Amino acid sequence: MRRSTRIAVGPVQFRVGSDWAAPVAALDRLYAAYPNDPARPADATVRLFAARPWRRWLRPSVHIGGDYVVPDALPLPLSMGLLAAEMGMNLQVALGWRRHLLLHASAVARDGRAVIMSGVSGSGKSTLAALLGEGDWRLMGDEFTLIAPDSGDAFAFPRAVSLKNQAIAELAGRVEPERLGPLLAGTPKGDIRHLVPRANAIEAMHEPARPALLLFPRFGGDMAIEPMGAGEAFVRLTEASTNYIALGEAGFDALTRLVREMPAFAIAYPDSASGMALVEDLWAEAVR
Amino acid sequence: MSAMQVLAELFAGRRDPAGLIPRDWDGVIGVARAEAMLATLAHRLADAVLPGPVASLLADQRRAAAVATKQALWEAEMARRALAPERIEFVLLKGTAYAAAGLSCAAGRQIGDLDILVGWQDLARAENALLKAGWEWVKSDPYDDAYYREHMHELPPLIHGGRDRMIDVHHTILPRTHRKTPDPLAMLADAVPTAEGFAVLCPTDMVCHCAAHLLADGDLQGGLRNLWDYHRLVSDFAAADPGFWGKLDGRADQHGLRSEVRRAARLARDLYGTALPSGWDSHDTTDGWFRRRLLARDDWGRPSDFLLQQAFYIRSHWLRMPPAMLARHLWTKWRKGHNPASSGTSSA
Repeated sequence: MRRSTRIAVGPVQFRVGSDWAAPVAALDRLYAAYPNDPARPADATVRLFAARPWRRWLRPSVHIGGDYVVPDALPLPLSMGLLAAEMGMNLQVALGWRRHLLLHASAVARDGRAVIMSGVSGSGKSTLAALLGEGDWRLMGDEFTLIAPDSGDAFAFPRAVSLKNQAIAELAGRVEPERLGPLLAGTPKGDIRHLVPRANAIEAMHEPARPALLLFPRFGGDMAIEPMGAGEAFVRLTEASTNYIALGEAGFDALTRLVREMPAFAIAYPDSASGMALVEDLWAEAVR
Repeated sequence: MSAMQVLAELFAGRRDPAGLIPRDWDGVIGVARAEAMLATLAHRLADAVLPGPVASLLADQRRAAAVATKQALWEAEMARRALAPERIEFVLLKGTAYAAAGLSCAAGRQIGDLDILVGWQDLARAENALLKAGWEWVKSDPYDDAYYREHMHELPPLIHGGRDRMIDVHHTILPRTHRKTPDPLAMLADAVPTAEGFAVLCPTDMVCHCAAHLLADGDLQGGLRNLWDYHRLVSDFAAADPGFWGKLDGRADQHGLRSEVRRAARLARDLYGTALPSGWDSHDTTDGWFRRRLLARDDWGRPSDFLLQQAFYIRSHWLRMPPAMLARHLWTKWRKGHNPASSGTSSA
């Protein structure tokens, strides 16, 4: 491919190839603070390519390819190349990674113990994790949390946080401007701006944390806390995992242990401040 | 040397993995994934000294493949439970058969759909039994459905609603309209039982089917894996039975597949170092095109050599049906806006 770069996030080493310079330059800026070991072979390949040679210049549109592809996925305009790269990297992890049980969940850690927050897009799990990560928590990731089948430990995947819509303003006022990527306005997922996690999150990205609290957040509506049984938490997490079936018995064992080891709650909160306070309260109880 | 060539040399044991630099591994891992052979490579290199991250990735692949194989065999068991009450006998084919028979090519081999062979006379009953047991039709397009039923060697693919797994029910091993017409009755009659009570093709038929699948059916997309199957099958069978090559010749003649079986043997020798007996160890100038096609992928895993791919695509249709029918088929497909170039991508 014409341009390429290498990015390591948590345990995954990516190589990203592109027909254009811009997405690679944007990735390099966003991931400049991440460790980069050129001697390490890539686990996963992402390709950003033009479907026809002339589409590199003429209304350039970025197709997302790699080891795994989604058939009929729509291309993105070149101005959203960074989003295309993010989607390509997520896709390779979601479909290709087998070392850990993958949960579509955000996570933060403190004193070697983790809060895992699972929910669909728009549930607020990313924003909540990002906000906690700006306080005295270590951000483990806003998209995937990895559970080691043998130990049950949680491992981080601290990619650049994908802030969406209102979350952009919520975070932009609190962080150093150089930690923010360019504003990608009007993408299929709304406005997006990437946030580079704090240095502590990147430095500690290989450190495991013991799962201590499982939350299913929902942003909006009145404050609510509902304890959730292990059975329901289990079923919800099977749906939130992209490789639960592929892992077979090891996945089942890891997930049953996970839901038995930590308390789970469905929570709702009207605003971020009360959401963060809620997490702190439940945390204090869980680790007591 | 391209990553595809390095991959083939690693399989052949002609290349020491310790001599690969990190950028070599990028390419090898990428193309092995694209050829659905990363877990097979992981088994091939199980005892090799490898860079830490590569060793970890390949260990992941071996673990994942063990689960996938178990799931594929479970799918075979599900088919048995659907078909046994109707007293329909079936023979496992391809990946599931290799796993059920405990053959060495099954180590790490990706298994996509469950492929089974039933007698032509049992086909309608088999379809009904599977539909009753929860499988559903995938093809909603009436032309495709009719095409399968009239011209193909298998039923339109069925998928199980609960487990999301496909089954291909074959009544022979090549399309009915194909220039070659192997003898499925002989294959069914000479099938052999496995320890778990499944039936698989006898060794010579298994190799004939493997060669037919590689060279007579399709455009050689993903052919490197099928050729590896062939290499391991003939190597193991010949080691167990000194008369194997002679029997294979006879059986290939019976099925009209001598040229496919012979060419596959030469290609396996060229790419994987298969040891062939003297009568087989010949050279054919047209093999070069097949070798090139099998290795047509760049270091990023993308298909390369576009014209050669197209030529093999056209060849696959030329073999599959008579010219007038081919014209009609392509015309129908074209009018429906199907793009022939996109039909062969990433099949499992």
